[in-house]
Amino acid sequence: MNEVETYRNHKFDFENLFNQSEKTNGHVAPFLKTVRKNAAKTFMKKGLPGKSDESYKYLQLDSLFSQEYSYRFLQEIVHFDINHVFRCDIPNLNTHLIILLNGFYYGGKDRLIELPGGVKYGSMLQAAVEMPGVFQKHFSKSTAIKTDGLVDMNTALSRDGFFIYVPKNTIAGKPIQVVNLILSAKDLFLQPRNMVVLEEGAGLELVVCDHALSRKRSLSNSVTETIVGENAKLDFTVLQNDHNFASQINYHFIVQEKDSRVDTNTISLHGGLIRNNHYVKLNGTGAQNYLGGLYLTDKDQYLDNYVFVDHAVPNCYSEQFFKGVLDDRARGVFNGKILVRQDAQKTQAYQKNNSILLTEDARMHTKPQLEIYADDVKCSHGATVGQINEEAIFYLRSRGIPEKEARLMMMYGFTHEVISKIRINSLRERIEDFVQRRLRGELAKCDNCSMLDTNSLRL
Amino acid sequence: MLIIKDLHAEIDGKEILSGINLELKAGEIHAIMGPNGSGKSTLAAVLSGRDLVSVTKGTVLYKGNNLLEMSPEKRAHAGIFLGFQYPIEIPGVSMINFMKTAINEQRKAKGLEPIKPSDFLKLMRDKKALVDMDSSLTSRSVNEGFSGGEKKRNEIFQMAMLEPVLAILDETDSGLDIDALRTVANGVNKLKTPENACIVITHYQRLLDYIIPDRVHVLYKGKIVKSSGKELALELEEKGYDWIKKENDK
Repeated sequence: MNEVETYRNHKFDFENLFNQSEKTNGHVAPFLKTVRKNAAKTFMKKGLPGKSDESYKYLQLDSLFSQEYSYRFLQEIVHFDINHVFRCDIPNLNTHLIILLNGFYYGGKDRLIELPGGVKYGSMLQAAVEMPGVFQKHFSKSTAIKTDGLVDMNTALSRDGFFIYVPKNTIAGKPIQVVNLILSAKDLFLQPRNMVVLEEGAGLELVVCDHALSRKRSLSNSVTETIVGENAKLDFTVLQNDHNFASQINYHFIVQEKDSRVDTNTISLHGGLIRNNHYVKLNGTGAQNYLGGLYLTDKDQYLDNYVFVDHAVPNCYSEQFFKGVLDDRARGVFNGKILVRQDAQKTQAYQKNNSILLTEDARMHTKPQLEIYADDVKCSHGATVGQINEEAIFYLRSRGIPEKEARLMMMYGFTHEVISKIRINSLRERIEDFVQRRLRGELAKCDNCSMLDTNSLRL
Repeated sequence: MLIIKDLHAEIDGKEILSGINLELKAGEIHAIMGPNGSGKSTLAAVLSGRDLVSVTKGTVLYKGNNLLEMSPEKRAHAGIFLGFQYPIEIPGVSMINFMKTAINEQRKAKGLEPIKPSDFLKLMRDKKALVDMDSSLTSRSVNEGFSGGEKKRNEIFQMAMLEPVLAILDETDSGLDIDALRTVANGVNKLKTPENACIVITHYQRLLDYIIPDRVHVLYKGKIVKSSGKELALELEEKGYDWIKKENDK
């Protein structure tokens, strides 16, 4: 029987966790076993990124990991139909839906779903079995993946996640939507591992929504590998809308081939602690990457975006644009780096980070960086941290708009530049609505993604 | 409509207005002229409620109410409009949303329902035509990337949309070429009714060729040193502000 729930409560003890994970039954490809073992060894050598690690300067991982969590090695049995609990209620957002429940593909060991044209999606574990060629070719292969211990930890411990494959010259008709649900009666530690593969000339719109539905603490350490073939196009929107007890560290590794284009927009509306690591490698000439981010934080939330864009070849274009509003005692970090290698002539790379602080206590640390080894490039970077323009507030008030409304309009206008880049209309409208509600100080959640009572679900 | 009595005001502890007296009746246009630094814009700021300026003495009555106690938005609801000398760019806030919010807030203050979308669009169309404003400007962010002339035209467009009782136009003519000046002046004239009033603040006489004032006041060192009919503007144009300075600095 594979369907056993395994819980272990303990302080963070990687070795013990890894041994248990390996002992757990589950259909695991032999190739994966080796990769996991190696990753475990590497992690035990490296450990968690510490203070000496520049990119983790502001984030205390030790205290985060030393709390008690439950850990699942297998998909759990749920006593309810998730479709009754959850249905995305965004009007006119017609998508193929993937649900991850506590990091596991909801649908168990179901085969990958195949759409006309050959698009396949479903469980990561299942993909390793059904599509070993594609899986092995790309799993844990990005050079940037050696970056730090947390990625090795994920490689060693992750048991599932979502997988999407779009074959050559195929455009996925409807967007694929991944909903990450966290629903647990216990504090939970999860490590989803995801993969998105677009072959040459493929096209995909992908939406990922994070929703912690239960009021328990959670810590998610996720890794997504995205491989974008020649001339392929990916439009990726992430909506992070959890609660103050949910912490997440995400690694997204994107590798792009010739003339491909990837647009990523990460909208962080709510979460106790959010760390997003965006790694982009432009590996073929003419590749374009647009990385956008918006963060709205308040109370004691912590929001941290790390960006590394590697211009490895000539004639590529990249743009990073992160904006945010910080209220109360919120803390924000932007750490961005563009690397232009010696051969990457005619590179165009632009990086911008603008933040508004609403209180004296809110803090923003920003560090845009350019490292250029080629001599014929166009690059710029810049950051601003400021307050709302009081002249503009007066201008609006002089037209009869009350001060509170004027401030909202200004903040909303500030965020609009990022939101307007979201191309799926229905999703953009919902996010616009969320942002407005969030700026008004209301909780912005889709009705169907509100908190659930875990008792009533017999969890 | 507006009675200003012995108005003193300062910015950062420095007195800028030193006893202004002015009375404006419905249906009138008053021009306020004066050399740079005489306090013209500070007077506009006091009337519109900028908190950078603190009033130290005197009163301003608007339709019998103490204007100085009202917030900028309350003043707007009561029909006061300031045409800015330097209109502010507001990235991300569309002209349409800005105008719709402004109109609906003013309607709300009067106890009216929000304007119907179709009525709003018609109003926008009509008023754009009135000031000859490029249609594409209203689909952009407020003043963002507008030329100097477009920004000023936009001020008059907003005035046309909001139909104020008392409009204060602060150096609306500065930075305008002669054609734009004519259009802007034309807009102001068309909006004129026996029930409303207008204060035109200007450095030069040329705007007053198009907007004919009932009274012209000359402001110097924070005081109105001369008040007369429209012919005063011409005299100023001829003799220059040195004439005023000499007379008052004696």
